[in-house]
Amino acid sequence: MPLQEILEKYPKTGDHLIEVLLEYQNTKMNHYLTEEELKQIAKYLNVTESRVSSVVSFYTFFSLEPKGQHVIQICHDVPCYVNDQPSLVKTIKNLLSIDVGQTTEDKLFTLEYTSCLGACDKAPAMRIGEKTFTDLTPNKVKAIISEYRGKRHA
Amino acid sequence: MNMINIKINNNDYQVKPGLTILEAAQEHGIKIPTLCHYPDLKINSDCRICSIEVKGKKNLLTACSTPVVEGMEIKTHSTKVLNARKTITELILTNHETNCTQCARNMNCELQSLSNQLGIDENRFEYRLVSQPKDTFNPSITRNPDLCIKCGRCIDVCKDVQDLTVLENFGRSHEVLVVPKYGKYLSDEDCTLCGQCSSVCPVAAITENDETEKVWTALNDESKHVIVQVAPSVRVSMGEEFGAEAGQAWTGQIVTALRYLGFDQVFDTDFTADLTILEEGNELLHRVHNGGTLPMMTSCCPGWVNFMEIEYPEMLDHLSTSKSPQQMFGAIAKTYYAQLKGLDPKDIYVVSVMPCTAKKYEAKREEMQSNEGIFDVDVVLTARELGKMVRQMGIDFLTLEEQEFDNPFGITTGAAAIFGATGGVMEAALRTVYEVVNEKPLEDLNFKSVRGMEGIKEAEVELKGLGKVKVAVAHTLKNARKVVEQMKAGESPYAFIEIMACPGGCIGGGGQPYNTTNAKREKRIEATYNVDEAMILRKSHENPYVHKLYEDFLVKPLGEKSHQYLHTHYKARN
Ligand code: SF4
Ligand code: SF4
Ligand code: SF4
Ligand code: FES
Repeated sequence: MPLQEILEKYPKTGDHLIEVLLEYQNTKMNHYLTEEELKQIAKYLNVTESRVSSVVSFYTFFSLEPKGQHVIQICHDVPCYVNDQPSLVKTIKNLLSIDVGQTTEDKLFTLEYTSCLGACDKAPAMRIGEKTFTDLTPNKVKAIISEYRGKRHA
Repeated sequence: MNMINIKINNNDYQVKPGLTILEAAQEHGIKIPTLCHYPDLKINSDCRICSIEVKGKKNLLTACSTPVVEGMEIKTHSTKVLNARKTITELILTNHETNCTQCARNMNCELQSLSNQLGIDENRFEYRLVSQPKDTFNPSITRNPDLCIKCGRCIDVCKDVQDLTVLENFGRSHEVLVVPKYGKYLSDEDCTLCGQCSSVCPVAAITENDETEKVWTALNDESKHVIVQVAPSVRVSMGEEFGAEAGQAWTGQIVTALRYLGFDQVFDTDFTADLTILEEGNELLHRVHNGGTLPMMTSCCPGWVNFMEIEYPEMLDHLSTSKSPQQMFGAIAKTYYAQLKGLDPKDIYVVSVMPCTAKKYEAKREEMQSNEGIFDVDVVLTARELGKMVRQMGIDFLTLEEQEFDNPFGITTGAAAIFGATGGVMEAALRTVYEVVNEKPLEDLNFKSVRGMEGIKEAEVELKGLGKVKVAVAHTLKNARKVVEQMKAGESPYAFIEIMACPGGCIGGGGQPYNTTNAKREKRIEATYNVDEAMILRKSHENPYVHKLYEDFLVKPLGEKSHQYLHTHYKARN
């Protein structure tokens, strides 16, 4: 959906800044926001651009740089960590040849840490897009990733 | 008033209600350290360095934000408190490029003194600074994010005093930066270069561009005739650079110090302030009589001119075309004075001592060249930079004898002396315009209604043929915006408006000695009017040397030469 259409669903106040940013970023294939877009958003909601800059940089779920089509978020909190999360991270890093925080050259995957996903009883956990995966093992992770490789949208 | 009884460190005190613990302690000579807190700015209580213990409270409280309450028992320096302060300071230092001996704020840094006060001689935490690019792309101010301790003072002064939002937090937790949006540079932004941020920064993370080296080089260059001009507002603050109380004038000591530094001639910007009044006063009358754009607005403050060029480019016609006293001085120095002395303009080196960082930018505007390829003013030093040079020379400033400025730019008036305070340019202009138009002397020279720290002030004068004319004065860009918005709405009742970007005017400028507060601004203002009162001549049009300058060179105000050298134009930006 074009930005202007999203904006028009909201009243012109800063109260909805985060919602607008989230909704719009989700419509973008590479999950990121450009300065031009943020300028338009600031103007519509009547907040300063530096306020928008500060909000976007504060929350890890916003990005100012293009990300992979699929963003893999691995839980980095204690329950997952003690349940072998490091070997999942290692598996993904090897599989995709990227470090945490990086994007694959084909712009298909980005690997990130996240804080608790609320699945501590089924640790370790990770999320790709809207979907959360639990009770993970290195093999399960490999399978999930190859499934996503097939899901490249046109 | 019912006083409140409290105990601080087991001693009983009676204090006024409504004070914070910090203020109450201060009144009784007990110093609680602060970092994020700065007088006159809003209280954020982010840094927690002012932590204190209050009996009955499990956690430490912040003294800067906690009001005193009857019966409170406070410990300002208990072991628990000192340990907390130490931990906080050590954590700040893990993220700070600590290199005190090679730093602009060495011996004048709040972080350094804090660390010293707490006796920190090692750091228990691991160093984790991620170096960021320096911002060195404008003529006025340098930012070094590696020194920033994220106290937020610069954000607040820019937002709450100047009504601009140039600086903001970017990122989170220990990786947060205080930068223009998206980590850009000041030169990309709507920054007026007023320097208020540099004046409240506790460390050397925002400073004026240091140009003292250039001045030393010129002073040691035999082929250069090096002259200096001193702004009106610097004489009422300079002693503070060396630890004196605010509220005195140091004119004579400044002149002596500048001679010791080796300047060939020491001149007074007040002289060209008088000249500005003649040009600007006549410009106002010309606009009134010829249907020119009104209200006319002063243009001697480059922070304000920058603001107009960036924020209200459609209204630039309101700005007086008269150059500022600094630039009039430069222009006269490299034309009239060069002829007088038989010197080639390129061999004259003009240094200004200003209260201001924006003046550095103003001097580098390309229009400011009376001779092609030669800037009228070569280097602008802030009051702080002059302080640095005086220290480098080993001069004991406060005990210097008082000497007089050189002529022909040394005889000045009280009208020029008050240019440095908010309302001063207006008052000076009124003294002259009144007498020129009404052709009779003013009974009371003192336009008290335009003096002082109130944000927007008004006055009215009776002018022959024009009736009652209303004028206004505003300081800080926040107040300036209000006045401009009123004009934009077509509701401005004024003929003439004076604006200065800094609180209190130039006496509170971004290049003045550190620790400038509104209380000190009031004192500097008082000292300014004392200088005025003590002058024999108090009206710009009575300055005999200004008359001589017109006779010998300029011919008449707004004449051909004036247009060539003393007037300028502005350009829309963005
Ligand atoms: S120089 Fe003035 S306008 Fe620019 S960032 Fe600092 S306070 Fe804001
Ligand atoms: S630049 Fe200076 S004033 Fe601004 S946050 Fe950093 S340390 Fe504080
Ligand atoms: S008020 Fe004075 S010190 Fe402040 S920006 Fe303007 S000219 Fe400079
Ligand atoms: S000075 Fe009180 S919290 Fe920073």
